[in-house]
Amino acid sequence: MVPALLVIAAILLAGSPFVVDAAPYEASMGIVSKIFYFHVPFAAAMLTSTFVSGIASAIYLIRRKPVADFVALAAAELVTVFGVVVLVSGPLWARKAWGVWWVWDPRLTMTLVMWMIFAAYLILRRFGGPGSEVLSAVVSIFGMAVAPFVYWSVNMWRTMHPQTSVVPTLPSSMAEPLWWCMAAIFSLYAALLLVRVGIERNRAALEAAYIALED
Amino acid sequence: MIGVFRAAWIIARKDLVVEARSRELAYTTLFFALSCVLVFSFALVHGAESPGADRATDAAFHSQLAAGILWVSIAFSGTLALGRTFERERQSETLRALLLAPVEHAAVYLGKLVTLLVLMFGVDLVVLPVVGFLFDAPLGAAPGLLLGVIAAGTLGFAAVGTLFAAMLVRAHSRDVLLPILLYPIAIPVILAGVRGTAAIFAAEPDLGSAFLWFSMLVFFDLVFVTLALWTFGPAMGE
Repeated sequence: MVPALLVIAAILLAGSPFVVDAAPYEASMGIVSKIFYFHVPFAAAMLTSTFVSGIASAIYLIRRKPVADFVALAAAELVTVFGVVVLVSGPLWARKAWGVWWVWDPRLTMTLVMWMIFAAYLILRRFGGPGSEVLSAVVSIFGMAVAPFVYWSVNMWRTMHPQTSVVPTLPSSMAEPLWWCMAAIFSLYAALLLVRVGIERNRAALEAAYIALED
Repeated sequence: MIGVFRAAWIIARKDLVVEARSRELAYTTLFFALSCVLVFSFALVHGAESPGADRATDAAFHSQLAAGILWVSIAFSGTLALGRTFERERQSETLRALLLAPVEHAAVYLGKLVTLLVLMFGVDLVVLPVVGFLFDAPLGAAPGLLLGVIAAGTLGFAAVGTLFAAMLVRAHSRDVLLPILLYPIAIPVILAGVRGTAAIFAAEPDLGSAFLWFSMLVFFDLVFVTLALWTFGPAMGE
């Protein structure tokens, strides 16, 4: 499963520069608009990952299956990694499109807050000591629940970022490269998630073996 | 096995009696809240207003400033109180006894929440007039709604804070972890609280939007108290 996903991701990613290059320039932004083809898929994968982590954490809290915890941790790490890509590529684009690096828009604020919550999750995992996997599960669930509130409250406060409704209205010359990149990023996401879960599973098995040896 | 609310009340009363005897938390939290108001005033208010300054922009800026400073001191002093309440239980190893008591875990959470709310509401009631006095904020413009926004915001903050403070009792480096975990999650509460309060403090109070922020806070409270009640048991379980 993992090698297949990695091969798909590699082929799609290798092809993506050519596909994006072939897409027409957006009238008002020129070459900067090409950031779009990576910014949007990474943001979509990041948001998906927050839900993967939150739902896996809820399952872990109820069932106490270790594998649910591994998935929650792997997804939380990917939220922060993909979040860095989103938070770097976004301002680069914004500087050109809006003239400023950052605005307090719902989408931007929500991305930043989600990134901070999952970074806090990782800090808790790292420094919380024994039992922190249960505590971090609660953090992940709250992180997932807080997203709509942040979005709504900042939306009421001010808004600027283009709406998601822009995606279906794209001309096919722009939509096709976008879906190509979506497929590339999501297969990369799935592969990384599975690899990370596997590492975590091995780590737990190794730890259990050590404990068994000592007893 | 006694009812959840009755058990919660007994736990809260125990905490309040302990607090009433030492008054440690009340004094320290209150003093810290007032220090926050002063520190932020010195950081953000620029000297005496020059006579030529635009009065209208100044007034608008002041109402924002007063609301912001009020909420920053509520959040910061609340964090201090949260850490201390559970430190008390940890020092004497009494949290385990509380969790072993034959009551629902939810009752322990609710009892702690009530204690913190009494404490934080007390702080709110002192800080609010101080902010009104220092920034000439119109406290009387819509007193009911103002108190509602502050109460709902404080409840939201304390609901999440109590859960995390309780969970972190047994974690390493808990003092640092509490604000790190709590602030990002409490952002909607702070934002709605500041916006709602600023709308009331404005020269021409915008009660419609203040009420909208208040409703959002109430909705937030409902969701987060429910989530906290659900996760408190499993999180404190073993």
